[in-house]
Amino acid sequence: MNEVGMAIRELHRSENAIAVELLRIADRHKTDHEVFHVARDIARWSQRHVRELARVGRDYGVDLDDEPKEPHELPAALRRRASELLGRRHAPSLLLLRDLRTAHRMAAGVSLDWEVLAQTAQALGDRELLAASQRCHPQTLRQLRWANAKLKEIAAQAVVTA
Amino acid sequence: MGIVDRIAEPWGTRTPYGPGQRWPTRVDRHLEPGLTEADIDRWVQSASVLHSNGDGLDIAVRDGRIVGVRGRAVDRVNHGRLDPKDLFGWQANGSSDRLTTPLIRRDGELVETDWDTAMNAVAGRTKELLEERGPSAIGFYTTGQLFLEEYYTLALIGHGGIGTNHMDGNTRLCTATAAAALKQSFGCDGQPGSYTDIDHADVIALYGHNMAETQTVLWSRILDRLAGPNPPAVICVDPRRTPVARAATVHLAPRPGTNLMLVNGLLHEILRQGRVDERYIEENTVGFDDLRQHLEEYPLERAAEVCDVPLADLREAARLIGTAQRLMSTVLQGFYQSHQATAAAVQVNNIHLVRGMLGRPGCGVLQMNGQPTAQNTRECGADGDLPGFRNWANDAHVEDLARVWNIDPMRIPHYSAPTHLMQMMRYVEDGSIRFLYVNGTNPAVSLPELHRIREILSQDRLFLVVQDIFPTETTRLADVVLPAATWGEKTGTFTNADRTVHLSEKAVEPPGRARPDLDIFVDYAHRLGLRDKDGDPLVKWSTPEEAFEAWKKCTAGRPCDYTGITYDRLRGGSGIQWPCNADAPGGTERLYTDGRFWAAPDRCEAYGRDMVTGAPVEPTEYRARNPHGKAMLEPGEYLPPHETVSDEYPYLLSTGRTLYHFHTRTKTGRAPQLQSAAPEVWVEMSGADADRHGWSEGDLLRITTPRGSVTARLRISAIRSGVVFLPFHYGYWDTPAGHEPALEGRAANELTFTDWDPASKQPLFKSGVARLERVEAEDGTPSAAPTTTASEPVGVTVPATRGGPDAEATETPDEGELR
Repeated sequence: MNEVGMAIRELHRSENAIAVELLRIADRHKTDHEVFHVARDIARWSQRHVRELARVGRDYGVDLDDEPKEPHELPAALRRRASELLGRRHAPSLLLLRDLRTAHRMAAGVSLDWEVLAQTAQALGDRELLAASQRCHPQTLRQLRWANAKLKEIAAQAVVTA
Repeated sequence: MGIVDRIAEPWGTRTPYGPGQRWPTRVDRHLEPGLTEADIDRWVQSASVLHSNGDGLDIAVRDGRIVGVRGRAVDRVNHGRLDPKDLFGWQANGSSDRLTTPLIRRDGELVETDWDTAMNAVAGRTKELLEERGPSAIGFYTTGQLFLEEYYTLALIGHGGIGTNHMDGNTRLCTATAAAALKQSFGCDGQPGSYTDIDHADVIALYGHNMAETQTVLWSRILDRLAGPNPPAVICVDPRRTPVARAATVHLAPRPGTNLMLVNGLLHEILRQGRVDERYIEENTVGFDDLRQHLEEYPLERAAEVCDVPLADLREAARLIGTAQRLMSTVLQGFYQSHQATAAAVQVNNIHLVRGMLGRPGCGVLQMNGQPTAQNTRECGADGDLPGFRNWANDAHVEDLARVWNIDPMRIPHYSAPTHLMQMMRYVEDGSIRFLYVNGTNPAVSLPELHRIREILSQDRLFLVVQDIFPTETTRLADVVLPAATWGEKTGTFTNADRTVHLSEKAVEPPGRARPDLDIFVDYAHRLGLRDKDGDPLVKWSTPEEAFEAWKKCTAGRPCDYTGITYDRLRGGSGIQWPCNADAPGGTERLYTDGRFWAAPDRCEAYGRDMVTGAPVEPTEYRARNPHGKAMLEPGEYLPPHETVSDEYPYLLSTGRTLYHFHTRTKTGRAPQLQSAAPEVWVEMSGADADRHGWSEGDLLRITTPRGSVTARLRISAIRSGVVFLPFHYGYWDTPAGHEPALEGRAANELTFTDWDPASKQPLFKSGVARLERVEAEDGTPSAAPTTTASEPVGVTVPATRGGPDAEATETPDEGELR
């Protein structure tokens, strides 16, 4: 496998990881309804990126799974239930801060991986790879901004009233 | 002069007119039976408060009592006409079960008390919590039905005095998306259009807006155009066959949850056919290339498939919009309370921007409001904005507000947008908000997922203050209940959906010891000892007119500039549209006539949000994208709805209003004509769906969602198949249980799910799924749904909705029209 293939494989892994993490965050914070719904909506972006990367990966001899990874359903259901049971407590809002921090860190990593791929695509003159990066990377940046914005929105309430 | 049963004929008699002509006057009047104008002691000027249209009216007073109303012929909004809710709703003021004395909870029971005890309890708990937990433990939830002076005072107390970020209005439920969409496209709130655009338009498109029921007088204006020479074409987007749909040239009934796909498809087609004003786009907008590229994915064929709307109808709608010379559009709850609310509403703005249809007669967008004074909640900063359309993310704006208030800018929380209602409820749920002051609204019926809301509001650790005019489902959960005066019993101003400011004067004394909301707020501020930075009282006024004068200073130089308006100027004549100042002393009919927007980075009210994630756009990013303050063409990507039908829940559920009621019926349910026109909850489904189950009109059905269940009698209507509809007006105050279901649920919000638009934070009452079962077969009695409205029956004959002699109003066309 060549270096570009390695980069695609790494990005495929990191996009899968953030998609799964966003879905887990959604489940853990089911009582924070906006977090629940938005995290699921934007996890779908990463799932699309996974498919896209599997497709472009073939050009570089990398065999990647088209199907995005999903969190296991049983723990997911438990997380949702636990979130509902803990809805009356304040502690989960501190947990949400931690989860957003994780999402932010992961999205930042994915974003850098896309930068690497975009630069490479330009150097190689690979239009298809460049186009994939131009389609996907902005959505990664929106995931990053979401985690940042959500954290800013709830931080004061979570910490001051803890 | 005609005498008309205005329950049977809600829009009254036609007065046809042609394009560019003046809408003829028709003065509507209803008095207590047996009274004539000669019996009236005095007429007191006011405007309507049971919808957002802002119709000018006079209140008839006899022996210190309200005994009727009459439309104001001189008013620019209604030219004398009145909505049936206004013709009859005033009777609620005199209802014998008004709240007339403060109540306080002692040993678990609400008992009568005096004002001093009640207010000391309210102010005392506030001070305790401020000391123990800080301002983040205090929240305010207001309404869309107070007066401007009251919201502004409340905003000052909350944001400037107590220093909490937690303040919102129930306008969040009705109008938040209007504000968000305007900010997203134009950088600032404020309706670009005017109601008078109806007089000029050749195409009128109503997106999710059942104007015939929500703003009946405005709809009469359209009906009069339709009855006159050269009528406009009307396009209706609504899954129900509303009166608007019946009058429309094209009716598009999309699958709920697909509005954005539909408008994207229309835009795609408009662009494909080159029906754009390239010069307007070039000079006045940013983002066109992005929009065009984005729309490539939304051909009309795809929209037809996803929305399940005939392609030919979509083509015809796109053709009408694309070839209109004077296009007017209105948007309301069908978009605002549905999936991807802001993104869909913004595409309507985009249609006007790409077609250059703004700022000229007949070319207006009205992102409508749902409540009479919703615009003021927004302007005054009582609903998730800062007063005077100031930008919370712009330090200079916050400093300017602090100057107006004579306080340290640090006292005004602006570390994030003011907390929206649904987030406040979450903070109450997790125990971080411990004091909630609710006024003029009834969350125990009007918020989604009611069992959750009742649990949240019933918590012992929450101190709940409810200020209202009637005992409601929510007052029953309160720790302190404060009896308020209402419309007709106090003076103040308010502003409608086309920026028209009206004065509403006190006509009669409030009942018992009820007090105007303004007096209560001022009292609260004094008991809290709120001061400015010189040690003077923070709230420096006590009368409505003083509050108005203070508000004017807050709006000077802002888009909603009131500096040219005085109480005296509002007396006697018509309402006046803001901005009204030295440059525009007569007010301003249309905004953006010169293609100049309030969107420059230093001036704009908001930097916008990501319409999928809700993340606020950073100031630097905004500045880079729109340095010269043009209008912004913002694409919206379609996402599948969050809850979709399954074998278990095979129907899409929509909730909404009917013409005869307002909100939770606290007023309209106490007006006999209105109550008997729509006395009980019903559920609508299509004939095809009913046939499949073998169900008939009047069958008692149980509607169940993952949240709860409601039983209601079936009305077979012309609603889209696969969709069921429930009106949301029916709670429990007039049932034995009082504030919650005894056995079977009745409130539509038992069923709705907790989800909101990430950009506008408006709850999505028109989404979610349901299953239905029959509880008992009909016994010959039809459902209680009106026959005059969207719930018109199909396939069966049921008695027509009539009001009889008690619902007769006089209609007087003005013969001296040309004076």
